[in-house]
Parts: sequence; C-alpha cells; structure tokens
Amino acid sequence: MSKIKVVHYINQFFANIGGEEMADYKPEKRAGIVGPGLAFKNAFGEEAEIVATIICGDSYIGEHTKEAVAAVLEMVKEEKPDLFLAGPAFNAGRYGFACGEITKAVKKELGIPVLTGMYKENPGADAAKEVYIVPTKNSSAGMRDAVAKMAPLALKLAKGEQILSSAEDNYMPNGIRVNFFEKERGSKRAVDMMIKKLAGKEFTTEFPMPSFDRVAPNPAVKDMAHAKVALVTSGGIVPKGNPDHIESSSASHYGKYDIEGVMDLTADTYETAHGGYDPTYANEDADRVLPVDVMRDLEKEGVIGKLHRYFYTTVGNGTAVASAKKFAEEFSKELKADGVDAVILTST
Amino acid sequence: MKLELGYVNIHDIQFASESKVEKGVLYVNKEDIKNLVLEDENIKAVELEIAKPGESVRIMPVKDVIEPRCKVEGPGGMFPGVIAKVDTVGSGKTNVLKGSAVVTTGKIVAFQEGIIDMCGEGAKYTPFSALNNLVLVCEPIDNLERHEHEKSVRMAGLKTATFLGNLAKNITPDEVKVFETPGLKEGIEKYPNLPRVAYVQMLQSQGLMHDTYVYGVDAKRTLTTIMNPTEGMDGAILSGNCVSACDKNTTYHHLNNPVVADLFEQHGKTLNFVCMILTNENVYLADKQRSSDWTAKLCRLLDLDGAVVSQEGFGNPDTDLIMNCKKIELQGVKTVIITDEYAGQDGKSQSLADADPLADAVVTGGNANMVIHLPAMDKVIGYPETANIIAGGHEGSLNKDGSIDAELQVITGATNELGFNKLSAR
Repeated sequence: MSKIKVVHYINQFFANIGGEEMADYKPEKRAGIVGPGLAFKNAFGEEAEIVATIICGDSYIGEHTKEAVAAVLEMVKEEKPDLFLAGPAFNAGRYGFACGEITKAVKKELGIPVLTGMYKENPGADAAKEVYIVPTKNSSAGMRDAVAKMAPLALKLAKGEQILSSAEDNYMPNGIRVNFFEKERGSKRAVDMMIKKLAGKEFTTEFPMPSFDRVAPNPAVKDMAHAKVALVTSGGIVPKGNPDHIESSSASHYGKYDIEGVMDLTADTYETAHGGYDPTYANEDADRVLPVDVMRDLEKEGVIGKLHRYFYTTVGNGTAVASAKKFAEEFSKELKADGVDAVILTST
Repeated sequence: MKLELGYVNIHDIQFASESKVEKGVLYVNKEDIKNLVLEDENIKAVELEIAKPGESVRIMPVKDVIEPRCKVEGPGGMFPGVIAKVDTVGSGKTNVLKGSAVVTTGKIVAFQEGIIDMCGEGAKYTPFSALNNLVLVCEPIDNLERHEHEKSVRMAGLKTATFLGNLAKNITPDEVKVFETPGLKEGIEKYPNLPRVAYVQMLQSQGLMHDTYVYGVDAKRTLTTIMNPTEGMDGAILSGNCVSACDKNTTYHHLNNPVVADLFEQHGKTLNFVCMILTNENVYLADKQRSSDWTAKLCRLLDLDGAVVSQEGFGNPDTDLIMNCKKIELQGVKTVIITDEYAGQDGKSQSLADADPLADAVVTGGNANMVIHLPAMDKVIGYPETANIIAGGHEGSLNKDGSIDAELQVITGATNELGFNKLSAR
C-alpha cells in the first residue's frame, strides 16, 4: 500500500519565520516537512508522509479569516491528501482558533479527515464538537507527548478505522458518548475519585454535567383579572394542514397563529405536527394540548383579563435547545411589545 | 460491628440424589427445591435448570439473581424480616457459596425483565455469566394477580437460596474476609486524621413492582436511615424489582455491594468508612424533597467529609440523584455519584434527565441505549419471544435464527449503578 499523504498546517512561529512581528504572514505552501512536522514524520514511520506544509500568520487568519481559509483550502486541494493535520497549538489562542477554523473548513469543504491538537482551555477548543482535537499540555514543552497521542489517531482517521471513546483514542470529548471497558470496576473508580476529591487533587469526572440554563421564575402576576395572557406550546398544535410545515421532529421554526374569535379548537380546524407522541387525542381535540377553550371560559368568568390574540407554537420533539432558545428570544420580544403580562407554556 | 465472610468456592453445579456441597461442587436434589417452591399455593409448577459459564445458554426473562449464603455464627438469619425473623444481622460469621447463584424467571411485567447469556457477546456485559446458576422457571396458577405473582417468584428465589446456603453451614471456607466498622466516637479516636466517608445507597422505590425491601419493609415507606455496611451482606436489603434489567440492583448485587467492598478496602488506610445511609427514590416531589433533605441532614449530623452516592434506575430517579448530590454538597460534604446513561443509540443525546454543576465527580456505567447483537444460543431457558417487548427491545428484536438485536438495556446488570462492572462511557 502506498503511504498515507498528509498536509500539515502550522503558524509563522513554529515555521521559524518569526513571532508577533511576523503574525501577518500570508498563507504559503512548502513541500515536505517544516518545524514540528519532523516529530510527526518520525512518529508516522513508513505509514504516512507529510507531502506539504502550509504556513500562515496567526493575525492574518484571525483578521482575514475568510480569505485565509479560502487560500489554505486551495493549497490543500492541490495536494489531494488523505489527512489534514493542524498544530498542535498548545495554549496559543489565535493559533488554536486558526487550527479549529481550518480543520472545520477542510472537513466540511473537502471531506478529508482532519485532526488538530491544543490545550483544553484554548478558545479554539470550541471546535471539538465538530472535529477531533487531541488535548495537549499548555506549552510547546508538551510537543513530544502531543505527537505521541496525535500520530496514532491521525493514522486511524486516515485509514477510516473505527474511532473508540475519547478516553481510549485521546481526543477531547465531543458530546458523542461511546461505551468501553475500563480497567477498574465503577465502584473502585468512584472510591478513587473520592480520595482525590477529598485530598483536593485533580480528578476527571466521567460525565461532565451539561449546562442547563435554569431560569428563575418572575414574580407572580398581582392582578390576573386584568392581565393579558398568551398561550405558547412545544406540543405542535397548528391550524389543520400545518400551513407553515413545522417539522414533526427537530423543528427549524415556529408558528404564530391568530385565534381572535376562536372559542374552541376542533378536529376540523386544528391538529398537532408533533411526531413524538400518540397524536390521536391531540387531533381529536387540540385544546388538550393548547387549552383555548378553558382560557375562553376564564376570560368570560373574569379570572383573566384577556387571552392574547396570537399563540406561538413549535415542536419540541428532538429539537435542539439552541433552536428553542432562538425561537423564544424572537417571540418574547413580540409578546412584550404586545403588552402580554403572562404566558402559559404547555408541552405534550 | 464485625462480620466474617467465609467464601466456599463453588466451581460446578450438578443435579443429584442428595443436596450437598462437596469439594467445590454444589449438588442439588430437584425434589428438595420443588417441594420448597411448591409450598406456595400460587405456584402451579416449577422447572429447574442449570446454566454454567461458557455454555450456549440464554436465560430470559430474568427477574432476580440471589447468592446462597448462611449464618454460621451470630444473631439473626439470612434475609431478616422476610425469610429469617427480624433480628439485627451483620455480625458474627456468614458462609457464602461463592461462584453460584439462584436465578428466577417468569413473565411478570414482561417488558421490564432481562437477559443473561452464558457465552458470547452478551456474556461480557453481565456478571452472572460467570456463575454456576440454578434457574427456577416458575409457573403461576391461572389468573394470578401480577403483584402476587411477583411476590411468589421473589419468595421462591429467596427460599431456594437460603436452602442452598444452609448446605455450607458446616463447611470450612476456602477464604475468610473480615469487615468491621467502629462506632462513631471510636472511629474518630482510632482514625483522627482520616476523612470520614459514608455510602449513600439510593434504593429503587417508585412502586408498582419497582420495590426494594429493607429488613422486610417496603423502602418507599421508609425515611432515610443509617445502617452498618455489613448488614447488607446478610441480606438486609433485597430486590422486589421488575424494572429495566441493565441498571436494577438484583439481590445478588445488594449482597455483594461493590461500593461497600471498595470502601472497606480503603477503610483505615485513606479514609474512615463511617456507615451506609439508605434513602429511597419515590415518585412524588414531596417524598423526593423529604428524602434528599434527610440524606443531606444525616451527612451533616455524621460530620462526614465525603459521600459516595449510587443510583438505581434512570429518568425519574435522576432527579433524586441530583437532589441528593446537590444538597449533600451544600452541606460542605464532597460527593462522588455513580449513574448510567441514556444517550440515545447514536450517543448524541442528553444522558441524564437532570444535572447540576455541583455534580462534578461522576462515574458512569455506560450508555444503556447502545445497540448490541446477541447470537443465537443452543438452549433458551424461559421465553425467547419476550425479546420483542422487554425494555430495550423492539418488535423484530428476536430474529428468525434466534439471535437478538436490542439495546444494552436488555441485559441484566449491564450498566449497574453500584459500579459492579468495568463498562463505562466517554
């Protein structure tokens, strides 16, 4: 089998061109290895060869990201490599950013396997959800260690082999959970972790807590009898026929519908677009999810001042938190502008 | 309290004309067991089977797994409040038939019971593939109500395990291990410089066949309490669960609680293992608040430095786990929690139903949604068609050739949250 062809990306500093004063250096391609490429060459042995090295100044790519990325992509394309390697950037922020951006672009635009490495707190490490990043020490003194971890993973990626869990194949957790067998049983790992935690030593949790965005409730509405109340749902209630084509799962948008004069949602007029629950009962009577009928009663009885003229709706099923947040940020402004005092949120 | 566990190593199990333990072989007279099980008039018939490590045998659906043990010296008997009369256990001497187990099967809730494969891919994930198992296939009388059915099968297993355990009463064990925890004051004086650590065990108590018993008391009707760690080794806690197989604690798990064992391993060296705190996982919010308040309160009252918290089940109990963790941390007591994950078949979804930044030390038993292929076996003890309906299976899980494609959830003990296994995820 012929050798795996690798293109390596480094900054002006590691190319020995200069420090901060040369950070405006424009993308340049050189044949063969430059700087840290030598360490990779040794680690790859006969299996792979760095055919070209692309050098770019950190300030240049930071300030002219679009142009720089486009230029680098062209250079990579010319080489038709099996793998694109960037860095390692250690704790250099702009270099890390560059490695993250350029590996993302090569993966997306050229469909070539990519790998980079940097310190876990490097701002460029945000790219870990999209590309494989090997965690390194925070300075270039960790080069030997970084190469020892990056080279085997790079070869696996280039060969299209199955990538194991982040703990086994030495990459930053990317949000995809992979099972594997540890050396010790769970209880022993828990007790060991406890001993470290008690001693104030560093330990690594096996499941970093996701950041749940908790919202403190607003103070209670004092005068409900004069309050304007709106209905908002993630239960997918839409006018019959789903005019805005809200997806049954992983919704990309929300709908806003006028219910002026609507006293009751019926099987002929409303339905659910939601694909995550048995729709039978919601389609039979959509008030079960979006209680317009009850709100009209409360309005008549004077318990609430008024039901807001519009309701907002989307499908919660499989919808990313980021999308849901974006929807709410938009329509919350409208609700406020319309003088709505309170919102009833219903799910499924 | 001090307990000596005497391990009588069992390397084979056989049916014979006389029930006995001899030279590491457990001989079982079928009639002895049948007579015992059929004392219960709710059981119409019982079949006995043997499943040994490496055999091409699948057992399903599995309800409980129980290790045979017997009290040799000291107060009380095995499974106090259920089999033996209520008496404080956990001291004296207890013999263990190490390497053997009683496995009960039966279609009770049908979708929440598990699979044990004695060889192949599935065997890697369940600790029970390594044991010499006596399997009870219990046939209930017609129209027996499900809760009565569960109770009958539970009792059949406990009675059988106690009977087998008693066969080792006069046998000199192959190995003896001593477990001892001092009183509170004594412990502080003995280990003045060691951090004080307790083990908080959350017991499945969601009800409707999600039940655990402590000295015979249904855990959902208990307040959070403390216990000597050795009491569990004599059967103070037992399973009445018919929940998802992968992360329910069988009675075998309770008897061999690995957190207890590993804390004892460090006891007097790096930490002072103070006691166990038992709390429940009820479904009502008021119960959750009360139980977690109580757990945190006891941690403070005991002047602990650390608490290892284990969970049982998933989803709803995730909230109990996080409430316990958060409240204990807020008392200034450091926690490590043990859980498992439901991250979807692709591993990309949110693993837990609740989270808190204070839960910064987590051990995971792996992603239960992972899909596995279980090859066909020469013999199936029980009912293979349940593969299509048990939690983690789907219509079509059971293939025509007898193999099964399903989520890891289906395997008994696969993602155990006491940390019984080496399986994990990142």
